[in-house]
Amino acid sequence: MPDWSAAVRERLAGLRLDPARESALVEELAQHASDRYEELVTNGANAAEAERAILAELDSPNLVSKLRPVLPRPAFRPSPEPADASGFAGFWLDLRHGVRRLRLEPAFAAVAVLSLALGIGANTAIFQLLDAVCLRSLPVERPQELVSVRVVNVQHGRTGDFSGRFPHLTYALWERLEASPEPFSGIAAWGSERLNLARGGEARWAETLWVSGSYFDLLGVRPLSGRLLTRSDDRPGCASPGAVVSETFWRRELGARPPGPETTLTLNGHPFEVVGVAPRAFTGLDVGRDFDVAIPICANPLVISRPRVSDSASWWLASVGRLKPGWTPARADAYLKTIAPAIFRATLSPRYDAQDARDYLAFGLGTRPVPTGFSSLRTDYQSPLWLLLGISGLVLVIACANLANLMVARATARRREIAIRLALGASRRRLVRQLLAESLVLAVLGAAAGAVLAQTFGRFLLSFLATYSARWFVNLAPDWRLFAFTAGLAALTALLFGLLPAIQAAGTRPNEALKSGGRGVTGGAGGLASRRALVVCQVSLSLVLLVGALLFVRTLRNLLTLDPGFRRTQILAVSVDFWPLRLAEPARVPFKHELLERVRAIPGVEAASTAWVVPSSGDGWNENVSVEGSGAQRQTANFNRVSGGYFRTMGTPLLAGRDFREADRAGSEPVAIVTETFVRKFLNGASPIGRSIRIDGAGRPDRHLRVVGLVKDSKYYDLREDFTPIIFVPDAQDDDFFQATNLLIRSPLRMDSVTASVKNALTRWSPELVLGFQSHERMVREGLIRERLMASLSAFFGFLAALLATIGLYGVVSFMVVKRRNEIGVRMAMGADRGDIVRMVLREAGALFGVGLAIGAVLAVAAAHAAKSLFFGLRPTDPVTLLMAVGALAAVAAAASVLPARRAASLDPVTALRED
Amino acid sequence: MKHIDAAHAIDRELKKGSTELLILSLLQHRPRHGYDISRLIETRSEGVLRFNVASFYPLLYRLEQRGLIEGRWVEKPGQRRRRYYRLTAQGRRMLRARRTAWDAFVRAMRRITEAEHA
Repeated sequence: MPDWSAAVRERLAGLRLDPARESALVEELAQHASDRYEELVTNGANAAEAERAILAELDSPNLVSKLRPVLPRPAFRPSPEPADASGFAGFWLDLRHGVRRLRLEPAFAAVAVLSLALGIGANTAIFQLLDAVCLRSLPVERPQELVSVRVVNVQHGRTGDFSGRFPHLTYALWERLEASPEPFSGIAAWGSERLNLARGGEARWAETLWVSGSYFDLLGVRPLSGRLLTRSDDRPGCASPGAVVSETFWRRELGARPPGPETTLTLNGHPFEVVGVAPRAFTGLDVGRDFDVAIPICANPLVISRPRVSDSASWWLASVGRLKPGWTPARADAYLKTIAPAIFRATLSPRYDAQDARDYLAFGLGTRPVPTGFSSLRTDYQSPLWLLLGISGLVLVIACANLANLMVARATARRREIAIRLALGASRRRLVRQLLAESLVLAVLGAAAGAVLAQTFGRFLLSFLATYSARWFVNLAPDWRLFAFTAGLAALTALLFGLLPAIQAAGTRPNEALKSGGRGVTGGAGGLASRRALVVCQVSLSLVLLVGALLFVRTLRNLLTLDPGFRRTQILAVSVDFWPLRLAEPARVPFKHELLERVRAIPGVEAASTAWVVPSSGDGWNENVSVEGSGAQRQTANFNRVSGGYFRTMGTPLLAGRDFREADRAGSEPVAIVTETFVRKFLNGASPIGRSIRIDGAGRPDRHLRVVGLVKDSKYYDLREDFTPIIFVPDAQDDDFFQATNLLIRSPLRMDSVTASVKNALTRWSPELVLGFQSHERMVREGLIRERLMASLSAFFGFLAALLATIGLYGVVSFMVVKRRNEIGVRMAMGADRGDIVRMVLREAGALFGVGLAIGAVLAVAAAHAAKSLFFGLRPTDPVTLLMAVGALAAVAAAASVLPARRAASLDPVTALRED
Repeated sequence: MKHIDAAHAIDRELKKGSTELLILSLLQHRPRHGYDISRLIETRSEGVLRFNVASFYPLLYRLEQRGLIEGRWVEKPGQRRRRYYRLTAQGRRMLRARRTAWDAFVRAMRRITEAEHA
């Protein structure tokens, strides 16, 4: 007779029953089946028929569907030790067990997942930005083959005019490189510039790329519409070249009209036909920046008043080449080394003096791999972002320490369960794995929530970095690196907060744990020791973060409150481009004079002047100068060309001599006003009035300036620099080659109302003027974005770290008090008063805190040294900062310990003793 | 369609209710095992009522789940152990109530159908 058990069991598998219930059911139904079989056979059926009949009954779909609602669902039970618990199946069981355990403690799980989500989210967001800006390859064909050719062996710096974000090459150098393409299967050049789209009035800027004819082809870019620029577009002397626009610009500015002769745009007054549209994925080689328009390099003379293609001292292009198969960067370098001397000889600028020429001829050429492109965002923010990643990483470690503390507490509460399982023969390894699986479940949930949060954090970070002059365009779409990072963090955090409690729990001695009965809740000495260690670690790390935060906050404060030598507020900077007027040279100075008079006549304007360089705007101009009769060598000094009234407008005090006046004009003796640092550096502090400054003519005759005034020092490029020597020269003595200037206007009114009246007055007077408006205060503030970012984020993380450490300390001190109730009871019974008990507890907490502080102080000083280039006006070992951090941490730590200490002191000794 | 569905439902309820009554009745005086119960239903109805494994055991377990009967494994010398079911106190009360209702129902049916015959 067949055994029906297997047949029945197979059909019941879908019910996923409790094993005990299942075997009872199988036994009963199999018995029924065999009784029925006997009956059928007795009644004359043959064996095969009987078997078929019974199997048909068992196969009825009703069996499982009708049994399911009537059988009790399995209750929660610890997962059984399967025969083979070591393989993947065992791990899967552990995970399921972890999920079920956590569902029993939703509050704990929520706290854990939330704190991990915040920690992992912050880390992921920062890494996401780092990944996008520093690590991701360019979205072009075979980016790993791309290299950039640069000038190497630069001893004393390069001389000339620099424009664009990556001024690596001059046009002359680029022409030579293009002609000797031996190592490259293709080579292209590009530069960047903001050109004006408006035909007059307020300027509207287009982020423009100068590109060589080979640019798009080399990168393997295909047009979205129309065609891209080719070699035939970039011919020297081109008269009506076409332009390629980005997809965003095409939709925004051109209403997505098809490219062709009908679709045109104006750049600095010159019309361009739009010949094609670049695909959205291609944003140029400058990571972090999008472009609006690309025009061929040959168009430079058409839109720039001082063409750079004919000036071999004008650095404005960068190159990108694709190495031929078989060529490595090292081999390309060796080749370039052999051809460099001839190239530099052939491209020497007549503007260079003997010293500059010697330096220039000593330059070499070398390659640098650029698979990740170029990026000014990377240059500015790479180290701050890595530092922030480190800071947020430490916060995550502190959060993990808190979680580990919670897990130790849970494991202690579960000692009896664990002891029983050990006594029943569970292996310790398996227990560790099971407890770790719980941590892993938490970490994975935390990482998933963190990845979602990171998208929001990331966008916030990016908006933080955006300025008036720089819209960052970063592709934050997740890639495999981000996925690996988040997964890695999840695994690491699971180990960090899960391993110690797991090992400790598995180390439980069943005998003792079971004997200690209900007292198992308060745990063993091992639990306390490891929790103490965790708190020491938390205190020390949060001190590091607090010190860092204070250093960054004080750096920002120093920069915001320092005296830059000029007013920061209530100044409007207006860029005025009068090139479209095509004024003859003699008309330019009177034009600027009238411009200024008109602005000064606007109601609400207190003072106004012109300036070639707006202070702290990042622009600048310098020359090599010496003072006659001082014996000092020629040195570099910064220059600015300003009108009379500049110092009054900017609030820079005149210390000696006089301001520029109307008599200082073309034809009169060239004059200058200098700063205190100039006097210190060039004249050893002697009075400068009446002295003669000689400006190196760089190929042309030297020029001389008579010093007529001395003013207080002011910042030139940015606020972080030390004061530099500055020479101011009168605007009226300039030849106004560029036909552009900046107006600085001081007014007590709101900046937008001043902007409106100035725009109104000037466009009515001369509609062709191109104007750009910016509040000087905002310009200076935007120069401090990096400092603001570091101060805000590190303060936030520092606060979070201190909060987490406080919670950790509170937990441990409370735990210790509970654990020592008995001892406290004995002490009180023997006559200790409440004060003694409070002091005892605080001593204990203080010891933990003190050890943490000592370790933290050493780490903080080391960390601050590593980041010292980011601080301003502070030494990394600044004692005030360290004391402030220690003080702040001590205050919250005291608060965290006093509460449990007072609770200990209010114990009733009789109750405490009775509990033993 | 609706009245057909309703008729089906009544039919199903009737059958289920009557089968429950049959099982409870068979357990009124002595405990029996599952196969025994299903055999008795088949033989006493002279083959009109028949159950197979898939339809019978879910009913049995439902009665057990509702606390009307209880099962217990019993070993008898020389036999395999079997699960025997007996009525609980609650099952006994339910049997009484069901039987009264059923009798009333059958009487009512009979009165109507016989009146038509007459």
